[in-house]
Amino acid sequence: MQHDPSRTSYYVGDDFYQSLVDSYTDWQTDESEIIDPALRDTCRMLLEKEARMLDQNRLDDWLSLYVPECLYWVPATPHGGDPRTEIAVCFDDRRRIEDRIYRLKNEFAWSQQPLSRTARLISNVGAFSTEDKNTLMIRSTFLTTEFQAGDKRTYTGWYGHKIGFQDGNWKILVKQVNLIDCDQNLRNLSIIL
Amino acid sequence: MTPDDSFNSSVARPKSTSFDFEQLIFEDRVHQCIYTEEAIFRAEMNKVFGGVWVFLAHESQIPENDDFVTSKLGLRPIIVVRDSTGRIRALYNRCTHRGSTVCRQHQGSAKSFSCPYHGWSYFNSGKISGVPWPDGYADDFSDPKYNLAQVPRVQSYRGFIFGTLNPDMPPLEEYLGGVKKPLDEWLDRHPGGTLSFCDANRLKFNGNWKLLYDNSADGYHVIFSHRSLLAMENRLVEGGEEDKGMSYYKSSPDNAPFYVKVFENGHHYKDKRPAVDTSPGGLWNIEGPHPGMEHYEAMIREKLGDKAGSILDLASSEPVNINVFPNLHILGNHVQVSQPVSLTETDTTWWGTAVIDDKDELHGCVDAVNALRMRTQESFPNFGELDDLMNFEQIQTGLAGVEDEWVYMHRGLGIPDRIKRDTDGYLIGPPTDEVFLRETMQVYKQLMMSEPNLIIEREVDAGLD
Ligand code: FES
Ligand SMILES: [Fe+2]
Repeated sequence: MQHDPSRTSYYVGDDFYQSLVDSYTDWQTDESEIIDPALRDTCRMLLEKEARMLDQNRLDDWLSLYVPECLYWVPATPHGGDPRTEIAVCFDDRRRIEDRIYRLKNEFAWSQQPLSRTARLISNVGAFSTEDKNTLMIRSTFLTTEFQAGDKRTYTGWYGHKIGFQDGNWKILVKQVNLIDCDQNLRNLSIIL
Repeated sequence: MTPDDSFNSSVARPKSTSFDFEQLIFEDRVHQCIYTEEAIFRAEMNKVFGGVWVFLAHESQIPENDDFVTSKLGLRPIIVVRDSTGRIRALYNRCTHRGSTVCRQHQGSAKSFSCPYHGWSYFNSGKISGVPWPDGYADDFSDPKYNLAQVPRVQSYRGFIFGTLNPDMPPLEEYLGGVKKPLDEWLDRHPGGTLSFCDANRLKFNGNWKLLYDNSADGYHVIFSHRSLLAMENRLVEGGEEDKGMSYYKSSPDNAPFYVKVFENGHHYKDKRPAVDTSPGGLWNIEGPHPGMEHYEAMIREKLGDKAGSILDLASSEPVNINVFPNLHILGNHVQVSQPVSLTETDTTWWGTAVIDDKDELHGCVDAVNALRMRTQESFPNFGELDDLMNFEQIQTGLAGVEDEWVYMHRGLGIPDRIKRDTDGYLIGPPTDEVFLRETMQVYKQLMMSEPNLIIEREVDAGLD
């Protein structure tokens, strides 16, 4: 039976969690680092496009960069932790990302009234191969500045993207956001990082 | 250790502020300065945070002897430790030499703490265990004054560890009073009547700590402050009634079957269970969408058939708010702890809780329940609390208009037969009434007009040979 992940969440089960934890364990090895400049540039372009869309508040376009059964994950522990037994800052499957977007567009989401303005810098992009040649991991460093309600603040950390080659395009399977202060009390983190 | 054989010393008493609380707190209103005056905040950090029982940590954070977790009692840095003999202590994280913290990790296991500055070290009982080159001191360190200070009274209730510096506080259980009952009920819905902390959603806001406590049993704000959450949780509901999440607030909550109840000492309770179907599976049915929901539900139903409903309820939010003055809140499955940082800055940490099932009461489903429960718990801090915190910040901003003096909390006041007493004598009102706030403010007023004799304690004999 086919399930629409925008409406039901059948894909987030034991297998999904296990493969997630496996994918995000010991993946940044010297041996698996990709040297090919063209492929690295493809990765960089994807991340830059994602950042641009988020800065421009094009949230539906942003989500179109993701596969249907995707994940947006901001761990609350510096090493990612195991989301089956630990709370995360955010752990959004497709439906919950759509919830998040729905809420951000809702004029009664007071934490985003007025909407934040953001500027994202992404650098130090490194791509890593996996056992599946159609799947890559990307590490990048980010610095996101947010201005909202008279206050300017920054989010800093690194992204771990898992991307897959599907139908002639690289799409995002998982975005892991590792804030350097993920285990600290954070003020009004209501934007998508 | 009894107070007799320990070394007690009075710390600087909170001096009366020049504020007359009789003129600041009335039945229907409070003066804005209680949220905006630095001197009042300073006094609160003694008279409230120190003067009453304050939640410090949960026993599941320090399961073994020698485990510790850092915390705060007001602004005082504290190490909550299960010492090498198993006794739970709350040590001042403050070297007796020149004042440095001796423990700089949030959590861990240690038989002793060594100060990084000049190397004085202490057993986890607080006793001093060594100083470098002791021959340089004429003093032999036999005076207990060199042992770490500690909170003189530390008591637990069913895993929740509290401390007070006030020898005149009644025992913890007496202080908790009526709020023990909802707390017991909340715990007893879990196998073994217990649970463990499993990391947290950590939030903060630029506002006074009381703004959070003022909100904690407030049923008046729900459909306004959480309007986007309610819309979001119900966006996929087709045809039928929008019943997800806190939808039961939508139609005339003043006359709803649920209620707010006010206990002694500033504690209160909002019991929303009468508003929902609490038969097995009822809570699960009103959960909004969560990651993995359909997968694990299908798995649990296939495995357990009729028994599935009550087990899925364990992954659902329990519709209660249990508020223990001044800093502990239990809501849904969260243990929310608020921590004043400054007059206008407050941390609020939403500890997630996981089910422990040693006796397999969940028939092999505990991992599935916890995998679900993590995701159900992430929802409210992300999509609900942020809007409240923004509203608290905007109150703090609004209160800068100091000439406009009063903050009103008189909803329900003066309407005959609206507020009743239960058989234990506790006030009960509609969930939208501010009766809980008025009663808490009277408790707060008494505390702020009191002069508690705060003390610390030290181990009596020196550890150093
Ligand atoms: S301050 Fe701790 S040893 Fe000097
Ligand atoms: Fe709220």
